[in-house]
Amino acid sequence: MTAFINHFTYDFRTGLRDKSMLLMNYLFPLACFAMFGAIMTGINPTFKQQIIPAMIIFGAMSSALLGLPNPVLSSRESGIFRSFKINGVPAINIITVPVIGAIAHIVLVAAIITALANPLFGGALPLDWVQFVLIVLVTAFNMASLGMLIGVIAPNGRGTVLLGQVFYIPSVMLSGLMMPAGVLPPALGRVALLLPATYAMNAFNGLSMGQPASTDPWVSLWVLLAGSLLAFGLSVFLFRWDSQNADKKRSPLFALLALLPYLVMLVIG
Amino acid sequence: MEENVIEVKNFRKTYGSFVAVDDISFEVRRGEIFGLLGPNGAGKTSTLESLEGLRQPDGGTLSILGVDPSREMGKLVKVIGVQLQASGLPASMTPVEAVNFFCSYHGVAPRYDLLERLGLKEKKAEQFSGLSTGQQRRLALALAIAHNPQVLFLDEPTAGLDVPSRLELHDMMRELQKAGTTIILATHDMAEAEKMAHRVAIMLKGKIAATGTPAQLTATGEGLTKISVSSEQAILNSNGIIFPGVNKHLVTDEYAVYYSTNAGQSVSAILEYLKARNDKLIDLRVERPSLEERFLEITQDNQ
Repeated sequence: MTAFINHFTYDFRTGLRDKSMLLMNYLFPLACFAMFGAIMTGINPTFKQQIIPAMIIFGAMSSALLGLPNPVLSSRESGIFRSFKINGVPAINIITVPVIGAIAHIVLVAAIITALANPLFGGALPLDWVQFVLIVLVTAFNMASLGMLIGVIAPNGRGTVLLGQVFYIPSVMLSGLMMPAGVLPPALGRVALLLPATYAMNAFNGLSMGQPASTDPWVSLWVLLAGSLLAFGLSVFLFRWDSQNADKKRSPLFALLALLPYLVMLVIG
Repeated sequence: MEENVIEVKNFRKTYGSFVAVDDISFEVRRGEIFGLLGPNGAGKTSTLESLEGLRQPDGGTLSILGVDPSREMGKLVKVIGVQLQASGLPASMTPVEAVNFFCSYHGVAPRYDLLERLGLKEKKAEQFSGLSTGQQRRLALALAIAHNPQVLFLDEPTAGLDVPSRLELHDMMRELQKAGTTIILATHDMAEAEKMAHRVAIMLKGKIAATGTPAQLTATGEGLTKISVSSEQAILNSNGIIFPGVNKHLVTDEYAVYYSTNAGQSVSAILEYLKARNDKLIDLRVERPSLEERFLEITQDNQ
């Protein structure tokens, strides 16, 4: 247990002192929160109802999808994981610790956004705080697991950026973060069902913000949790200690299974 | 020093159709410093990494203190220490964090004393990327020995180190060896191998081309001792006299150079020759064959 705590402590500190991780964990999401809060609430007053969940999801995606994969990739490519292996660090810890670390950073950013949104921009506060915290945690777990999976399967730095952006940009546009999901054309609304952020936003709206939900928000939360567990499990399954050793290499296409809950919702939704 | 700590039997490692290591066998005895030498691509790294449990053998058996590295990683990490490569630690990790991190995973108390011993006390809070190459390698050594492993793998341990740091590292290797640690030393530095290793194996093209003590290996070559002589009148430079035991002679700069199979006999004859002709000796150098020369002979023979 001491080893796990030491590992987590180191990982959490790195998220604060490494400049690129500090940027993606805190500076970029909070700068965007300030910018969107100032601009969007001015031109679209209904955004005040959305600002807290929208910016929390935005922050979670920045931290997990843009910030987390690259350190995972570079640790594998530079031999750090090999060093860990020959010193007895279990693979499960290499997956688990950064995911918990990312969740911790996301929760801190969520707390800052929640604390400042109302006094700074008149943002609506959650009506059900318990469910709000639950959704924050599940959303953070979902994004962190997805970010870890991207880091595990990406072949190079360009791959991490590309795979991260595949989720990041459409999520910002289509998941109801910047505009209500109901105003999207039906085809794009269907595409949005493939994005975890859509389910996170729906769960926030329906379970904690007192806003109308497009589908059953509890189903959204369960889908989000199922996607989290799948992405996490696949990260463990597909983990490689290094890129040079072809032993036991598994096809990265298995990672597509992480989309299964969202695909099911797309089909039955 | 008789018990075998490492046993490699008919070990083979391939990458696709490329055979990196081809059916090699050797053993390393307890408390011995064993040098693994060879040019790039000889198969040293594949052998080391397979022994360290990082790669799966394609044939043969490997054993370290009875542990199969390919199947028993949990047991293996308790008995081996591996000096990490230069990039083997996260850039932002400090020496203190690294000691905490690795010691806790090995289940031992943090060995901060090693940071002091290896001259890293002042740098204990510096991030790994801010350390010099020498400091990074010393930290890697500290981490490798922090859990008192019975077998220590050192891969180019002195690369990038200045002279005092090299000497310090050599002292530490001797100290560890005297305490019973078995050391596998992979190096390109023949002088280091000759100075430190009890036995060496020279690998070429995936095979072991030669094995034995440095003295045994140098003796099995041409075994010629180099005698360089410089005198005031330089009478040796102008004539082609061949002294007893000498089978090669050449002149370089101000020196007459002889290669002898019997250095004592040759030197006596050279001195008598100079004395008889009233030529005064300025300099006399006798160099026995080095491991490096033997290594070059072996590599040339195999090309």
